[in-house]
Amino acid sequence: MIYRMGVALTSLVGLFVSAYLYLYKIGRIGTLACGSGACETVQTSQWSRFAGVEVALIGVVGYAALFAVALAALQPALAERSWPARLLAAMAGLGVLFTAYLTYLELFVIHAICRWCVGSAVIITSVLVFALLELRRLRLVPASGAA
Amino acid sequence: MAAAPVGMNRFYAILGVVAVIGIGVLGYLLSKPATVSVPANVVVQPGDTAGFHGYVKGAETAPVEITEFADYQCPFCQTFATLQMPTIEQRLIQTGRLRWRYRDFPLQQHEYSRIAAHSAACADEQGKFWAQHQRIYEGQAEWAASRNAADIFRGYAKEVGLDLSRYDACMSSGKYWGRIQASYEEGVRAGVSSTPTLLVGGRLYTGRFDSDAISKLVDSLAPRTAAAQ
Repeated sequence: MIYRMGVALTSLVGLFVSAYLYLYKIGRIGTLACGSGACETVQTSQWSRFAGVEVALIGVVGYAALFAVALAALQPALAERSWPARLLAAMAGLGVLFTAYLTYLELFVIHAICRWCVGSAVIITSVLVFALLELRRLRLVPASGAA
Repeated sequence: MAAAPVGMNRFYAILGVVAVIGIGVLGYLLSKPATVSVPANVVVQPGDTAGFHGYVKGAETAPVEITEFADYQCPFCQTFATLQMPTIEQRLIQTGRLRWRYRDFPLQQHEYSRIAAHSAACADEQGKFWAQHQRIYEGQAEWAASRNAADIFRGYAKEVGLDLSRYDACMSSGKYWGRIQASYEEGVRAGVSSTPTLLVGGRLYTGRFDSDAISKLVDSLAPRTAAAQ
């Protein structure tokens, strides 16, 4: 249960980070609190949209979905079922892949690093680690697979 | 079985605290007045003004030149640019009687003026200053009330056909802050204190102008017969 709690908690934090970036993107927050100043470079670049959708909004939806599934997975009826853990791991895995793509863009295309994006990368990686630990607890992956 | 609800209760309490903090922080940020990242205390470097004396339209041979000191967020400048300027351009500039020079004079009380001026300067790099300039004035009501004017200006840049990667690089470089400040300081030295102010033949004209007043001014300085000769 502790790992599912970890997924819920870190997803909630990720949801607020994404919401902050999205509120900036739609013009509801004047500037981003970003020491290096590169956050606005990243957030106003053409790469701040993916397939026509704001990347920050994708983050909001993704973290909200992870949070909802994690909360559902904590309910007694689902607590020992394996499919919620598999679903969480799959969602978090997708999130990490997408984050890796965005980090690549920051480093090699935009040449600017947004600290909030780095924060989100740490959060989604933490979510994946919790999800993998939960899979290991349910013995759905070998012990070495989640190390 | 008894321990689980206690653990869950503690977990939900922690979630609640995180949610309250998150919502509180976002709520606070939403309630704050909008700000934009314009550097403070810009010092003009010699390179900022080298060879640049404003944005010009009209024939070099025009008998009259008017320099306009204006601010993108000033309502009178907006009215002038959108309602009067098209007529002035048609009657006087395109007919070779008038040459128009636009200088930035961003007033301190307008938080987005400098970003607007910088956006137009970046458009100038791609030969589309006047298109972006006009679009910024046309959209004044939209961006002046926004909390992220820079993003709206980027949208205008896309509308007028700018290469957005070059535009983004220009905006993030902040290379024209010094030039905009230099333009402002030149205006102050000339005696400009409000916008729009027109500098014509060494004299400053302030207040509200319409195209007829500008036509009369040009007529008085260069009568049509003289211009025709």
